[in-house]
Amino acid sequence: MTTGQRIRFWISDHIVMLVALFVLLYLFLPVAYTFAFSFNNYKKSNISWNPEGSPTLDHWQNPCGPAGICDALTTSITVGGIATLVATFLGTLLAFALVRYRFKGRGVGNILVFIPMATPEIVLGASLLTLFVQGFSQFGLKLGFWTIVLAHIMFCLSFVVVTVKARLQSLDPRLEEAAADLYADSFSSFWKVTFPLVLPGIVSAALLSFSLSFDDFIITNFVSGDTSTFPKYVYVSYLRGIPAQANVIGFSMFVIAVALVVLGQVIGSRRRSPVK
Amino acid sequence: MSALAHLGSTGGGAQAPGGAAPEPTKKGGFTAYLLLLPGVLWLLVFFVAPMVQLAAVSLQSQFPGYPGYYYRDVNFGSYLTAITEYLPHFGRSLLFAGAATLFAFVLAYPLAYAMAFKAGKWRGVMMICVIAPFFTSFILRTVAWRQILADEGPIASTLRFLHLLPGGHITETWVAVVAGLTYNFLPFMVLPIYASLERADPKIIEAGGDLYANGLTTFRRVTLPMSMPGVLAGTLLTFIPAAGDYVNAELLGSDTSTKMVGNVIESQFFKVLGGFPVAAALSFTLMAVILALVFLYVRRYGTEELL
Repeated sequence: MTTGQRIRFWISDHIVMLVALFVLLYLFLPVAYTFAFSFNNYKKSNISWNPEGSPTLDHWQNPCGPAGICDALTTSITVGGIATLVATFLGTLLAFALVRYRFKGRGVGNILVFIPMATPEIVLGASLLTLFVQGFSQFGLKLGFWTIVLAHIMFCLSFVVVTVKARLQSLDPRLEEAAADLYADSFSSFWKVTFPLVLPGIVSAALLSFSLSFDDFIITNFVSGDTSTFPKYVYVSYLRGIPAQANVIGFSMFVIAVALVVLGQVIGSRRRSPVK
Repeated sequence: MSALAHLGSTGGGAQAPGGAAPEPTKKGGFTAYLLLLPGVLWLLVFFVAPMVQLAAVSLQSQFPGYPGYYYRDVNFGSYLTAITEYLPHFGRSLLFAGAATLFAFVLAYPLAYAMAFKAGKWRGVMMICVIAPFFTSFILRTVAWRQILADEGPIASTLRFLHLLPGGHITETWVAVVAGLTYNFLPFMVLPIYASLERADPKIIEAGGDLYANGLTTFRRVTLPMSMPGVLAGTLLTFIPAAGDYVNAELLGSDTSTKMVGNVIESQFFKVLGGFPVAAALSFTLMAVILALVFLYVRRYGTEELL
């Protein structure tokens, strides 16, 4: 085999992987840009690179510099936390009911959970805005922090249900039967057998909820009034120029999230391995 | 929907035999309703009620001479305005979202395939790589695309140097908007396709080769049909948010020729006094069009696994 042939074989054997790596690079390109522009020594706008100023660490040393940016970040994290807790709890209950029980209206329940996911965010945002403005304001609920939380719980809920449902459906029902055969009552068979097996699904549902809530812009923009979240802060400041501190925070969140996911995977695989 | 559900679920653990979702065995109306109650109430108050309110708003009429004041009515005038005046925006929304879905599919499939069959121990790492960009804000990444595609950026300069850019710009055109939409919703295409390929048995694909099918035939007749639930869920998860999006058109597109329905809805709500009924009618029309397309699409390509 000539070298040329060998290269051709190697390429045809690895072509899918090469394309895949190329797509991954494409996914990371804007993140790299975000990172690079966090060092931009710009004068007026951070939209283009200033070739005169040498790269600077100023923005990293002063991430809360621009007015309101860290308040917006705090709001995003708080909203994400509350929405995740409530949506994960309610969604897990829903998932158990839909997978484990036969009852009248089960089909309707499935559809009610599915439709919010098939509705564009802008329609969800618009409908919530009309309800909050024309209905709820009579009860003294103004657009702001709590309307954002209420809306986020709603759209996270469906994603929690489908995630936990998938995990529940993939469980072997014989495991619970075995627990019953070993004289476990339904309470202990739930907490000792079912719940630990479903837990990974609940955890990934919670992670999904938090990331959906943290990064949501469209619905938030409709229901937030004067309150700012991190994505909204970035969007609103786009016209006058996004401060490089936003890049610092955005890239840091990326690093923290990756670190947490890697940590979770390591712990998860350690815990799983002795069972094999 | 179970295919979509795998989006966030981690594989492994105790798998049910056969793979098909088992039918629930427990009868128990009371417990089930008790578990359902809080979540269903939440969806009724914060999903169904707002939709009803939006429907009511879309039918309201304006007090003549008092812009911004409406009264309860059954007036389909707003729908007429929505459809006649903003038809090009609807067209663009569907076209851009359709193109973005197609491009996302072309990019996502090889990635999902490589993750499922070629990555081996690198699977977890690749999975993290697909999800990780989510955590840098979606707005920041879209702004980064504006910088990448800018007139002085690397791509536009190269194309201009090669005389391949007749207009001179990428930003402010539909190309930039479709590129942004493709990018932003790509992970939603990758994850469900990966989930359905991961569950497929590679031995079945090998069997295609053993039966003297060439690579393309094996893909078309064996691999693709096996991943169909994932493809279906992925295209829906890409198309629906893309069709309703306005951020990409706002940040990457032009002020006039690339605006989508989302942009009109947003500006009718926030910038036009008395724009609520038309905005509500636009929202409902958009939702109806999307649901109709989804219904047709699912009926044509759907499997039982979807719902």
